[in-house]
Amino acid sequence: MKMTGSQILCESLTKENVEVIFGILGGSILPLYDTLTQYPQLRHVLVRHEQAAAHAAEGYARVTGKPGVCFATSGPGATNLVTGIADAYLDSTPVVAVTGQVATPFIGKDAFQEIDITGITLPITKHNYLVSDASFVAQTVKEAFYVAKSGRPGPILIDIPKDIQVNQSEFDYTTKLVMPGYKPTLNGHPAQLKKAARLIADARKPVIIAGHGIIISEAYDELKELAEKAQIPVITTLLGISSFPGSHILSYGWLGMHGMAYSNKAIDAADLVIAIGMRFDDRATGKVSGFAPRAKVIHIDIDPAEIGKNVKVDVPIVGDVKNVLKSMNKYIDVLDNREWLEELEELQAKHPLGSFEGEGRMVPQFVIRKIWEATRGEATVVTGVGQHQMWTAQYYTFDRPNTFITSGGLGTMGFELPASVGAAVGRPEEAIWCIAGDGSFQMTMQELGTIAQERLNIKIAIMNNGYLGMVRQWQEMFYGKRYMATPLGCPDFVKLAGAYDIPALNVTRREDVEPAIQQAMENPGCFLLNFVVEPEENVYPMVPPGASLAEVMETPRKEVLTWPRKSTL
Amino acid sequence: MATQKHTIVALVLDKPGVFNRISSLFRRRGFNMDSIAVGHSELHNISRVTIVVDGSTVQVEQVRKQLEKNIDVVKVTDITQRDTITRELALIKVHANPGTRSEIIQIVTIFRAKIVDVSADSLTVEVTGDTPKVDTLYKLLKAFGIKEIARTGCIAMTRGDNASI
Repeated sequence: MKMTGSQILCESLTKENVEVIFGILGGSILPLYDTLTQYPQLRHVLVRHEQAAAHAAEGYARVTGKPGVCFATSGPGATNLVTGIADAYLDSTPVVAVTGQVATPFIGKDAFQEIDITGITLPITKHNYLVSDASFVAQTVKEAFYVAKSGRPGPILIDIPKDIQVNQSEFDYTTKLVMPGYKPTLNGHPAQLKKAARLIADARKPVIIAGHGIIISEAYDELKELAEKAQIPVITTLLGISSFPGSHILSYGWLGMHGMAYSNKAIDAADLVIAIGMRFDDRATGKVSGFAPRAKVIHIDIDPAEIGKNVKVDVPIVGDVKNVLKSMNKYIDVLDNREWLEELEELQAKHPLGSFEGEGRMVPQFVIRKIWEATRGEATVVTGVGQHQMWTAQYYTFDRPNTFITSGGLGTMGFELPASVGAAVGRPEEAIWCIAGDGSFQMTMQELGTIAQERLNIKIAIMNNGYLGMVRQWQEMFYGKRYMATPLGCPDFVKLAGAYDIPALNVTRREDVEPAIQQAMENPGCFLLNFVVEPEENVYPMVPPGASLAEVMETPRKEVLTWPRKSTL
Repeated sequence: MATQKHTIVALVLDKPGVFNRISSLFRRRGFNMDSIAVGHSELHNISRVTIVVDGSTVQVEQVRKQLEKNIDVVKVTDITQRDTITRELALIKVHANPGTRSEIIQIVTIFRAKIVDVSADSLTVEVTGDTPKVDTLYKLLKAFGIKEIARTGCIAMTRGDNASI
């Protein structure tokens, strides 16, 4: 049967089990939106800015593991997607972005709202397509979803000119994909697995560094089996948080610039690093020449280009983390690293994370800890980028798999609210906690409109310190306390929420924190909490830029954070 | 880190934009490209690209892996360490007058190059060979004044029965 390009696209999305599209329409994508009326099974969530469409698609993809889909029109619609696409690229998130393009005869003529979006997104997509004929639409969508999801996931952009959207062709989704240039390696090489197992057996001070790859490939059980069997402590990366239960006895925090001092010191002391599904980002490694100076390195990753890119590797294993761990665990003996674990306990006692109590002041760490208590560490938490993000990573202990959604690689301020939109659509059965900074929140706060219209159950907690806080902290520490452009005026967030009919509260006193959180949780649907916190609180520990992990600056305060850890979870 | 010229051979799908993807990758990752040559391969719809890149072994291994990650790139091999034939072609238009013409022709003959065009005050020379040969001829002809030079960039193939890639 003949169909239009738009119908073929919608049919193809249906075949890929797409349930929801985040987007905004415009001139060049009108035929496709018109066709959406024939496909009620494709829910459309109208966002208020295309950047939010891409972040929402990311949020959805991160919580469901399925590719998130976003639509935008040509020109400014497409360029507005760029930040979100770049974010998805750096955090290996499967997103399929569909953009309208001016009709084929106008391409290259600088027509109204024409922009070369495939050219612009070339370095920030896993792959992209400009569809030149309606008969290519089905094949392109099939390929796009396959590429987005498989191997190391990433964003794909499909640019469809307006005439292709209305031209007719046969719909056939049965053709096999022929992709001679794309064959992700899924299984680790057996000889390498044995070599790794031997290193693990011989190591006296091994650590696992668990990255986002564990979450992407859902290798939670395999990771736990490896850690428990061989008694190896697990340190995560920022994006690896929630890949391993935070209150597990073998959990030793997370590494990097604002990771726990004891985690960073443990890596410094280790004689073996087993890096799983992570890419040795500079924020994670600190000065790379001083990273794990005593350790041999086993690196497991699905992307061969990540092996040896930043850190010299002794045993590289290319493959899907879940498959690799499953096969490798067979070669792992039950080990006893008691001495090392005791050493780490001492290390942790000596270099603990600072307390959330903040000597009775209204500090954001305290607020985040109270949110953790109220949600029993079970909530899906989405953050923006900045101090609030680091405090959330430090003081919300994540026990449930894949519950920490944050922008790691690109560090996109304004990620939190739109990504929460996607997360709320992907996990409709629960409330999503959106922990925001006042600076970060103001970058995308127009999405309150989307949240109100879609009646999404998002609890927004703004850590409002009146500054672009992380930058202020750098100015305080490295730029002679000259606060250029960091003091930040804020609107009355409660009134702002009110304008969208979203209930909200200002919280300025410690004793009001718990009741406010309770009130937000009891309220069905969205609720905004504006926590007015200490303006000049700093994030500690901190590995100064250019320093190695061992040179971590610790919290100047004496109180420490302790919580009971369990031997099994 | 010691750098060295590496010759990389890639088979890529013959599709619009592939060349852009490759050059964009070199620019973005800061890899230093000396030359690039593209043409059809023995396979249907697949082009062969030869890239000469300057870098350390570690850097060039990154180049190879990053290229291979590209979905339109089928295969990439670094053939630097192998026994290869490498060739490039250059056209050199050199100043010539009745006084210098015969001397230029002598040099060209020694290099087994060809004169492909003659006019009142220039000669155009066609030379094929590996890069050092072309460089040397260029240097010698420079004394007479070069009007113009066009080089194809290197292409390469391994010696013997086996395919390069």
